[in-house]
Amino acid sequence: MAEIRVQNLRKAFGEFVAVQDSNFVVEDGEFFVMLGPSGCGKTTTLRMIAGLELPTGGKILLGGEDVTMRRARERDIAFVFQLFALYPHMNVRKNIGFPLLAQGMASAEIRARVEETAKLLRIDHLLDKSVSGLAGGDRQRVALGRAIVRRPKCFLMDEPLGTLDTEFRDLMVHELRELHNRIHATTVYVTHDQMEAMSMADKIAVMNHGVIEQFGTPREIYDRPATMFVADFIGSPPMNFLRFGGGLARGVKEIVVQGAKVTVPEVREDVAPADMALGIRPEHIRFDDASKLRGAIYGTEYLGTTQIVAVETSDGIIKARVPAGIHLNPGEQVGLALSSARLSLFEKGSGRAVRTAMHDQAVEARHG
Amino acid sequence: MSLTTAHSVVAPSTNSKRIAGVLVVGYALISIVPLLWIFATSFKTPPDSIAYPPKIVFQPSIEGYCNLFTTRTRQTPEYINSLGPATGFCDETVRKRNMVIAGPSNFLPRFVNSLIIAFGSTFCAVFLGTLSAYGFSRFKVPLADDLLFFILSTRMMPPIAVAIPIYLMYRELGLSDTALGMILLYTAVNVSLAVWLLKGFIDEIPREYEEAAMIDGYTRLQAFWRTVLPQATTGIAATAIFCLIFAWNEYAFAALLTSGTAQTAPPFIPTIIGEGGQDWPAVAAGTTIFLVPILVFTILLRKQLLRGITFGAVRK
Repeated sequence: MAEIRVQNLRKAFGEFVAVQDSNFVVEDGEFFVMLGPSGCGKTTTLRMIAGLELPTGGKILLGGEDVTMRRARERDIAFVFQLFALYPHMNVRKNIGFPLLAQGMASAEIRARVEETAKLLRIDHLLDKSVSGLAGGDRQRVALGRAIVRRPKCFLMDEPLGTLDTEFRDLMVHELRELHNRIHATTVYVTHDQMEAMSMADKIAVMNHGVIEQFGTPREIYDRPATMFVADFIGSPPMNFLRFGGGLARGVKEIVVQGAKVTVPEVREDVAPADMALGIRPEHIRFDDASKLRGAIYGTEYLGTTQIVAVETSDGIIKARVPAGIHLNPGEQVGLALSSARLSLFEKGSGRAVRTAMHDQAVEARHG
Repeated sequence: MSLTTAHSVVAPSTNSKRIAGVLVVGYALISIVPLLWIFATSFKTPPDSIAYPPKIVFQPSIEGYCNLFTTRTRQTPEYINSLGPATGFCDETVRKRNMVIAGPSNFLPRFVNSLIIAFGSTFCAVFLGTLSAYGFSRFKVPLADDLLFFILSTRMMPPIAVAIPIYLMYRELGLSDTALGMILLYTAVNVSLAVWLLKGFIDEIPREYEEAAMIDGYTRLQAFWRTVLPQATTGIAATAIFCLIFAWNEYAFAALLTSGTAQTAPPFIPTIIGEGGQDWPAVAAGTTIFLVPILVFTILLRKQLLRGITFGAVRK
């Protein structure tokens, strides 16, 4: 196993820049997820780490070694494809043993290694079956087996659960994470599904238009989104934004939104007057008639323990997650109370988050 | 799940199935009658073969086959009687017609020529076609579309349009009447078909297979050999049949460019007619034997052939 270090990585296809100056480090044994909408450059980044595409610029270091321009087969990595890429003309055993065959390993040893791997993935009863007859989950396990069997420096996975149905997907998310906890393999996992990313990752990089918008733990990304894109992409429903104007100065603790005063985490930087946005997660909104921030109930979505309530304010619809027990009628006027400590401030033009007291603990955590 | 429980709007009705069945059987009969006629004629005696009205029921004879494989000379009955007893059925049959077997005919060597040239050119065309199709399918080839069109354009005119230039060229190059020359020619004609057909088949094979193999430690060529080729066998087989049928049946170039040592069966068979009257049974026998290899090959690969014809009709 090894650490992966990506430095100023860049890839252009003609005029189109797929990946722009990416920098990140996947530590040894870490489960790293690249998350973003389709076409954001996450798969291209992964393919460059694998050696299936050559970068236009930058460096890729694998366990300290510069592998940027090396051939895929010389990198000692394993790749799990979205379509699994199981060879239809070979049975399960041969599929899993295929990478070992390339190394010229003795057939007795291949046999032993394949069986050991199959046991680990609980597919030892399928070894002599043809891959075409397998169910989605089992195909996925065989594809994982082919990756694990070689004990490579790291695993790269390109939306490996993308083609599975929901039921299997939840199961495989759990299994993948469990497998990772057992073998501690450095893993780079690409997905557009935030649920997968949040539930499996040690670290997440959120990408958009070839740029890494934020790199951090799932908690950091959810609680302290670095940009409006991240705030909007993560969370279901995503973060709400309320417009407010004017600049911010260091030490400010209160802003005015739609005529209502809102207490926010203490601002840690000066921001020149511009269009700003206040970001609020739906679960950080309560109904409180005393609040001056008001709106009318537009609709509700019942989810069992909670409900999502859409409230129409003078600045568009915002969504609140409140206990399912509260009864609300469409059209009803409500006051909205916001959890002050959990609010994010953004500069609307650049989408960048403004540094506030909320970021203090993050800095401490990173250095401590 | 059973589809019989409900009336399906997509499944054909019993009536339309019946009509389709009648049409197919009718067409099959029309196509197969000439073949059956040739096959029957090959087992007739020369008088039976030209009898009028034509004989449907007749005494089968292998005289046609005897005549096909031999050359004969006419002799006086006295001379024939002076010979020892006949050595076999053919000998006996021929003597009844006041002839003796002078030696083997050219049919066998011509047939072997056909085999060598057809299979040789098919192998070359499919080999080159597979590699180029893979290249066009997987790599960024400069001017790929133009090159593919150029390859296709070689089929846009009747081959006979280039017959005279090729005839002159072959004469200068010393390729006239050689198996090598014919293999090269048929390869050149077939390679365009092979590239286009196989490109379609290879495009359908996801490149993840090779990428997976290359990450797993194989070179591109090994990955091609171990993952692409096994999955392209259907396409390769279908392409091979099409190429083989063309090369096997080709008449115009063979008649023009081969006359002796490299002559193939198609231009040879009609020449049988002239040798000793209109020997229809011998011609029919030659045709029957000529049909066998392609028949066997097609039956062996019929599934792939069907896949080749319906290729692209249904996407997975």
